[in-house]
Amino acid sequence: MTDERILEVKHLCKFFYAGKHSAPMKAVNDVSFHINRGETLGLVGESGCGKTTTGRTVIRLYQPTSGEVWFNGKRIDGKLNAEEARAVTSKMQMVFQDPVASLNPRMTVEEIICEGVKINNLYPSREERRKQMYRMLDMVGLTREHATRYPHEFSGGQRQRICIARALITQPDMIIADEPISALDVSIQAQILNILSDLRKELGLTILFIAHDLSVVKYFSNRVAVMNAGRIVELSSSREIYDAPMHDYTKSLLSAIPVPDPRVEKKRKRISYDRRQDYGPDDHPQLREVRPEHFVLMSDSEWEAYQKA
Amino acid sequence: MNEYQKGERILDVQDLELGFNTYAGQVQALRGVSFHLNKGETLAIVGESGSGKSVTIKTVTKLLAPNAVIKGGSITYKGQDILNMTDKQFSQLRGSEISVIFQDPLSSLDPVMKIGKQITETLRIKLKMPREQAKARALELMAAVGIPEPEKRFDEFPFQFSGGMRQRIVIAIALACNPEVLICDEPTTALDVTIQSQILELIGELQRKNDLSVIFITHDLGVVANVADRVCVMYAGKIVETGTVEEIFYDPRHPYTWSLLTSMPSLATSAEDKLTVIPGSLPNMVHPPKGDAFAARNRFAMKIDFEEEPPMFKISDTHYAATWLEHPDAPKIGIPEPLKSRIAAQLAREV
Ligand SMILES: Nc1ncnc2c1ncn2[C@@H]1O[C@H](COP(=O)(O)OP(=O)(O)O)[C@@H](O)[C@H]1O
Ligand SMILES: Nc1ncnc2c1ncn2[C@@H]1O[C@H](COP(=O)(O)OP(=O)(O)O)[C@@H](O)[C@H]1O
Ligand SMILES: [Mg+2]
Ligand SMILES: [Mg+2]
Repeated sequence: MTDERILEVKHLCKFFYAGKHSAPMKAVNDVSFHINRGETLGLVGESGCGKTTTGRTVIRLYQPTSGEVWFNGKRIDGKLNAEEARAVTSKMQMVFQDPVASLNPRMTVEEIICEGVKINNLYPSREERRKQMYRMLDMVGLTREHATRYPHEFSGGQRQRICIARALITQPDMIIADEPISALDVSIQAQILNILSDLRKELGLTILFIAHDLSVVKYFSNRVAVMNAGRIVELSSSREIYDAPMHDYTKSLLSAIPVPDPRVEKKRKRISYDRRQDYGPDDHPQLREVRPEHFVLMSDSEWEAYQKA
Repeated sequence: MNEYQKGERILDVQDLELGFNTYAGQVQALRGVSFHLNKGETLAIVGESGSGKSVTIKTVTKLLAPNAVIKGGSITYKGQDILNMTDKQFSQLRGSEISVIFQDPLSSLDPVMKIGKQITETLRIKLKMPREQAKARALELMAAVGIPEPEKRFDEFPFQFSGGMRQRIVIAIALACNPEVLICDEPTTALDVTIQSQILELIGELQRKNDLSVIFITHDLGVVANVADRVCVMYAGKIVETGTVEEIFYDPRHPYTWSLLTSMPSLATSAEDKLTVIPGSLPNMVHPPKGDAFAARNRFAMKIDFEEEPPMFKISDTHYAATWLEHPDAPKIGIPEPLKSRIAAQLAREV
């Protein structure tokens, strides 16, 4: 891991407009964060808080309402020429939650894995393409024999491996993994986490790891961003998020997670969180550094009060 | 009706054997399942998906698919043989004495019937309650499960409720007739943790108030630690270990239980710990393997595991495990790392 920022997201907003006259759905509301090269940043929060929309906007599947996305030193949120767009699509890849829905049932595993390579014209010779494809299969724990088969012949865990192989063959610098294990059976989840973990070590991958399960995110990430109602409310190292949470929402989320330890669990007290009114235009909510590298969302007045205390 | 005292055996399942006829042959879904439920306690059943948890409770509540064949065993509820009851006889018990909640609240609610009516319907049919009284009771129940402004929401439809609120309604319906036994099949799996936490608290509260006996099915060991007094660990159609919640978490004996306990990270898992991967998958249940069904995935398997099925070895009056490792002649391997250190740390901590 280095200090070089591979991804930088500044004041990103993505609003969905249902009708001309109704208020917009502020799915992502003034979100800023960065990821260092080789780092895994976890993005965690409950369903509907805006995690997927953040990931999809970063990777250009959605056009942002406002804000900036910088990747490998270049701004990528606006219009790009063909060559620039190709550089982004090959160097930033996505792994989705539902491995069934994200694989074309009429394509063989080989066709699926090589699709992105062909589009990006990475390995023009068929031989070379094949060699790379076999290397990917091997990396994710599948075999050459799997290449000619179709998705329905595989279990959920194997399909997610195919998705990972497809994402890796373009040799990306960064992967956005959106709930990559949530749809899998528990006994398979550990396998996929271990594979991602090995790959990240081997390839020096940077990962934006999106999940609703804070235990998994904490385990898998170097730093964690906690999201609630379209905003990042707290961001720090995963140890610190767990040992010294500051934002009431983070505390509430942590207090709700059952732990496999009956003596602790029988005494666990849930802290409830009343979702407050969204900030007004004069509140200037932003992430404030309360301790080195530990950021908490506060308005001007909250920040003032905090500094006095 | 409440002649059973706390701690007395209210439900007894013995040697249940059940298959499903399919084109590929008969799936041996339950291969000698035995457990019991005491009055007032919560029994959790855990195991990876496909191990037979849902089939077990569908057998108890007579909700089995038509291709099911019960091949042996007995189910006794308060001394009555319910396995051989007719559906008509059993329908007297279902809902009023034994209630079930499933994972997906949408599938148990009628999408085109108003929420209030779904509750009063149960009361009017099961308890023959007059309309006015049923409505009053339904509003009471909605308040009890934490629905704000029940009068207003009484006339709304399921789609107007969030997932957590729908599951509360399902619980309200399940509790409408004051059942003795509440069976919950992964009731919180689809919910966010904060909602899950509220639902677990709610079930716990209602249990204490009404002296309910609860069977709780889940694959989340954190949830088990929260709700359970006793635990059954299920694998490939068998209970492979059973004990009090402390025995299962702090003194687990079956290698399958060991893997379950370390296969998912908890908040306490350090980033350096590797997760235990249970290699392979559940065996083909049309032709279950000889010996211990877990042997092929068990790194501690011995020769005998592939040859002969282990009996339930007794560890304490409440703790049993079906593994040859408990045989007096077996090598003493003990709990493997990192589980061993984790348990030691848990027990050393002040709570
Ligand atoms: N294409 C869309 N159109 C309108 N609203 C959307 C769209 N996608 C997401 N939303 C809304 O934006 C919010 C955030 O959604 P999402 O990013 O999927 O959350 P998460 O991934 O954290 O569960 C939700 O309220 C969701 O309903
Ligand atoms: N109607 C059916 N026909 C054939 N097989 C079935 C049927 N219902 C369940 N099974 C099989 O029985 C086994 C146990 O299933 P189930 O009890 O649903 O598992 P779980 O522990 O996940 O609840 C599985 O192998 C499943 O495929
Ligand atoms: Mg999402
Ligand atoms: Mg089930």
